[in-house]
Parts: sequence; structure tokens; C-alpha cells
Amino acid sequence: MSTRNIVATVMLTVLVVFFVLTALMLSFGTPIKTQMDDYIITHTQNETGTNSAVTTIVFDYRGFDTLGEATILFAAVSGVLMIFRRIKK
Amino acid sequence: MIFNIPFIIVVAMIFIGLYAVLFKRNLVKIVIGISIIESGVNLFLITLGYREGGVVPIFTNAPPDVVENVPGSMVLPVPQALTLTSIVIGVAVLALMLSLIMHIYKHYGTLDVRKIRRLKE
Amino acid sequence: MSQMSKIVRTLSNITFPFIMIFGLYVIAHGHLTPGGGFQGGAVAASGCVMLIVAYGSTWVFEKIKVSKLSAFESLGALGFIGVAFFGLIFGGYFFNNFLVKTGILFNVVPETGFTGSEFNTAGVLPLMNFAVGVKVIAGIFAIVLVMAYASSIKERKQ
Repeated sequence: MSTRNIVATVMLTVLVVFFVLTALMLSFGTPIKTQMDDYIITHTQNETGTNSAVTTIVFDYRGFDTLGEATILFAAVSGVLMIFRRIKK
Repeated sequence: MIFNIPFIIVVAMIFIGLYAVLFKRNLVKIVIGISIIESGVNLFLITLGYREGGVVPIFTNAPPDVVENVPGSMVLPVPQALTLTSIVIGVAVLALMLSLIMHIYKHYGTLDVRKIRRLKE
Repeated sequence: MSQMSKIVRTLSNITFPFIMIFGLYVIAHGHLTPGGGFQGGAVAASGCVMLIVAYGSTWVFEKIKVSKLSAFESLGALGFIGVAFFGLIFGGYFFNNFLVKTGILFNVVPETGFTGSEFNTAGVLPLMNFAVGVKVIAGIFAIVLVMAYASSIKERKQ
């Protein structure tokens, strides 16, 4: 085995052991801090007039992140169309 | 230890994806490994916000036996909204990577990582 | 890619309207049920990609120009930002929800608790859902069409 394969195996083993030790310490089913989500669930129907909490968060409480995501979609489509461009003579 | 199974599955998915990125020679297999890592991270985001015995955070035609304890019987909605954005970003990056691979194959004739090294003219 | 047989083309003609109607239903009811702009756009775009697979990419590329799909996508993005700027004019801040309490359409506030579903309830949300849905459909259709056409040039040269 070459040097690169040995170094990659050692680093991968150390990383996976570290991840497994962290995953055994988390608690599944009881989140620790829930103040923001409790405020959003109790005030969705009064302030926004929507029945769904997830769509309100995507478009109203955090609409700026959706603007960034639309920009990423636009950049990806324009990049793909630019790679396969044919210049007609 | 049995009750933490979703977190163990997340660690297994990241391990499989990293193994495919580090040890494989074909370019398409490396891209598949990157996509598996992104799926593992999305699963981790969703399982962080789970409450015991909770329902979907939507008020339309909900079951009537959770009416007195409203914020305590619904799953957290903020991680689900952030996962939506992450999935769309993964799709955009995958489309750009695959079109670059098609362009490389037209220029070099092979897809082996060890042979695509110098700027060929 | 070349065309597929006559059975495949006939069946894809029959199932195409049902897929498009289901995708538009998921986009339009984004403020009442799970769904929204991005999810419904992905469902409707997969119906359009089924037509590319059945009829061959060379035939579809000569019928539908890519510049028109680009114009559709830009229209969707401009609609999304235009609705946000109208919030800046009527209220005080960017992304203001100016159609909820006082407005012309979509201005009914539902009662608190578990209710049924009424369509004209949310403020600006259905307009934003339609804009993002059009953007996602045009973007995914253009990406798959250009990539499928570029990979079939080698077959025609040799």
C-alpha cells in the first residue's frame, strides 16, 4: 500500500471514532432549547394568517434565505447553459 | 444505545461517502460519494428537531386530541425549513459537477483521476 | 437520443396531463397542506422530463428554443423580487406582508386552533409560490434538455 492510502485510512478511522462518541451523547426526542419554535407556533395564525408553520418560515419569517436560494438556482442554470454553447458562424 | 439509531445511521452514511471520495479512481464514483455525504447531512438536520409523540406543525384538519397543549405536542418546524434550502443547493452543485465531467471527457478521452494531471493542448 | 417505440409515446401522452395537474395542485395549496413552490416545481418538471425521454432529445431541441426557457426563468425571478419590493413601498421594510389585514385579495385571517381550510387566507404567500414554481420548472427543464442534446452529438458525428 502506498503512503497516501495509509494516511487516508488512519485519518478516516480517527474521524469516525470521534463522530460515534459524539453521537452516543446526544438525546433523541427531547430538544434542549425550544423558545423560538414555541413563539412561532403560537403566533402563526394571528400575525400571518397561514395554517402551515413551515411555509411561513420559508417565505415570511426567513424570506431572505429564500432569496439567496433563488440566486443559487439562477447561477447554476446559467453556468450549465454557458458550458454547452455553440457559436454559429 | 438503541434509542440513538438515527444518529448512528448518519455517521454510517458520512463514512461511506468519505470512503468513496478518498479511495476510488473513477470521477463519476467520486461525485456519487459527494451526493451521499449531502444526504447524510440533511438527515442529521431533520432528526435534531424531533419531539416525543409530536405531530406535523400544520393546523389544517389536525387530530383533535392535541388541542390543549399546542406548542408542546408539535415537532419543531425551523430545521425542516432549513433542510429545504439545503436540498436545492445540493441539486444545483450536482448539475454543475456533471456537466464539467462531460466537458473533461470530451477533451481527454478518459475518466481516470491519475491520468488527468497536466494541461493538455 | 432517438425516439422510443409507439407504445411508449402513446402512454406518455396519456399520463402527461395528470402529472402536470398534480404538480400545479401541490404548488397552489402551499399555505394549507405540506408543499409549496420548490416541491411542486420538482414534481411538474419530472413530468416534462418524461416527454424528453419518450420523444428523443434531438426532436425536442428543434421544437423548443432554449432562449424562451431562459426568458421564463427570468420572469419568475423578477416576479419574486417585485413582490418583495412592493412590501417596501407599502410598509416600512423589505418582504413586508402587505395583504394580510388590509388588502384586496387573500386577506382573511383564520381563527386560532385547529380549523378547516380556506383558500384566500394567507397574504403574499400564494403569489410568491407561483413565481418560485415557474422558476424551478423552467430551470430544471432547460438543464436536462441541454445536457441530453450535448451527449448525443457524438452519435451523429460517427
